[in-house]
Amino acid sequence: MNFNFSEEQIMIQQAARDYAQRELIKDVLERDATSTFPAQHVKALSELGLMGMMVSPDYDGGGMDTVSYVLAMEELSKIDAGTSVIVSVNNSLVCFGLEKYGSEKQKEKYLKPLARGQKIGAFLLSEPEAGSDATSQRTTAEDKGDYYLVNGTKNWITNANSASTYILIAQTHPEKKHKGINVLIVDKDSPGISLGPHEDKMGMRSSDTHSVMFTDVKVPKENRIREDGFGFTFAMKVLEAGRIGIAAQALGIASGAFERATSYAKERKTFGTTIGNHQAIAFKLADMAVKIENARNLCLKAAWLKDQNQPFGVASAMAKQYAADIAMEVTTEAVQIHGGYGYVKEYHVERLMREAKLTQIYEGTSEIQKIIISRKLLK
Amino acid sequence: MKILVLIGNVPDTTTKIKFNSEKTALDASGVQWIINPWDELALTRAMELKENSAGAIEMVVVATVGRQETEATLRKALAIGADKAIRIDTEPKDGFYVASQLAPVAGGYDLIFAGIEASDYNGAAVGGMLAELLGIHSISSVSGLQLEGGQITINREIDGGSQTVKMTTPLMAIVQKGIAKEPRIPAMRGIMMARSKPLEVIPAIEVDVLTSFESFSLPPAKAACKKVPEDQAKTLIYMLRDEAKVL
Repeated sequence: MNFNFSEEQIMIQQAARDYAQRELIKDVLERDATSTFPAQHVKALSELGLMGMMVSPDYDGGGMDTVSYVLAMEELSKIDAGTSVIVSVNNSLVCFGLEKYGSEKQKEKYLKPLARGQKIGAFLLSEPEAGSDATSQRTTAEDKGDYYLVNGTKNWITNANSASTYILIAQTHPEKKHKGINVLIVDKDSPGISLGPHEDKMGMRSSDTHSVMFTDVKVPKENRIREDGFGFTFAMKVLEAGRIGIAAQALGIASGAFERATSYAKERKTFGTTIGNHQAIAFKLADMAVKIENARNLCLKAAWLKDQNQPFGVASAMAKQYAADIAMEVTTEAVQIHGGYGYVKEYHVERLMREAKLTQIYEGTSEIQKIIISRKLLK
Repeated sequence: MKILVLIGNVPDTTTKIKFNSEKTALDASGVQWIINPWDELALTRAMELKENSAGAIEMVVVATVGRQETEATLRKALAIGADKAIRIDTEPKDGFYVASQLAPVAGGYDLIFAGIEASDYNGAAVGGMLAELLGIHSISSVSGLQLEGGQITINREIDGGSQTVKMTTPLMAIVQKGIAKEPRIPAMRGIMMARSKPLEVIPAIEVDVLTSFESFSLPPAKAACKKVPEDQAKTLIYMLRDEAKVL
């Protein structure tokens, strides 16, 4: 068993860390306050190759493994999860799905610009009345011979406005239930697509989240991924992989808050000594460190299984559930350690706490992850 | 045109420095090694020059003197964009030793970049010594370097202002902060390509070691901060004059 990272993995980790600590940090508070999309950062992250880092170089990607992806996601998320979610969705939902299941023609046309980061992708699964319950899709893709006619509404779509390419899950044969669901590649500028207002979120405020309405949108048949009815399998497989990205994001939020809390505990003095010398604070930090280490190991294990082409669905569910839950706990404690300072924006930890909350909700809530884990146990 | 960038392998600038029990050498356990920050800026500028040269600069080579563990640092330089790396396989014992090891491989370059000093021992010697051994011009404290045709325009920070100097190749430019805005972060593609770029290992030559380190000591711990209440400005002035002796 080898716990050492390769030279390349360390270089990727450092590259992501350098970018986050040098650039993302500069305007993260302002973007959080104004809910501004980090267009320039996305451009720079594309130039660094982080927007399609796991895609094969044959399709203009970075050709990196999932372990490297976890390392990079952790570093970006320590500073700015609102930006790292854009990276995560593009990499592990959109690019991963296209590369694994798309046709050569689809990869050539859609995957390459996404892997280069010239375009951004979005994954459209959730609906007003169907989140993790993906079988209850109400958005329809009616088979019209040469094309599908799409009608319906998708909710909570990350990158909805900034994306050019949508990966859409929609129902074609309601009578077949989940076996009637299709996955279509949709150009965002297709006639009939409109966006709801920018969601005013609690955290991750610089990512652009909207609902997307489809009214008689024509999608060419050639934009369907795989065979008729493949959509549900596609969504489940892609979410398995996506969870690793969000787990690593939650890990980064936790470790970012922990680093801030630790350095604050070394500086802040009460009763004649640094607060880190008070056992009440020291033990908090110890508890936080153990949780983070566990979360990191779960993330890396899931990533490693994926890299070894072994089943990783349960491992990624465990990583996501645990990392998200401890991100909430660790960030809450980080605010507590900071006291009053923790409650104001300047010290970042209140923002990290707001960001942590979303990791327990999106790409499958913690409860959904427990369903996935327990079903496997009880099979 | 070919550029050589000298690369030093130094402890990360946030390293907590410890020495061996005899206090004659750094205790390198647990140390994270990085490219010497000035060298990293030099490499960044070399890459910018190459990219803007429309093919006139064919190659940027990096060279270091060090054992195998320094290869991670060299591969980072390759990931940033250098075309080839050279490692001279020996301990970098002192400035003259390092310059002498580099001299046999540093010939034939039009422009050589050296950082003004290394952030570990701050010797600030290798660049000048190597230029002397190669018999080429050198210029220090370079904080800007432009290349047009064969002509090199250099900006130097000097006491109370700056100086612009025109130079010709071959040239050793000993660079400081300002030579590039910020060190370049390697892109994924560069990291991947670094695997297949040449990293040549060259045996060391016989050179006398002219210095030996007798002992190291850490700077005294920072004294506790003294707080002066805001209504006692006079006390502060006296303290600055009589205790700190800065006025």
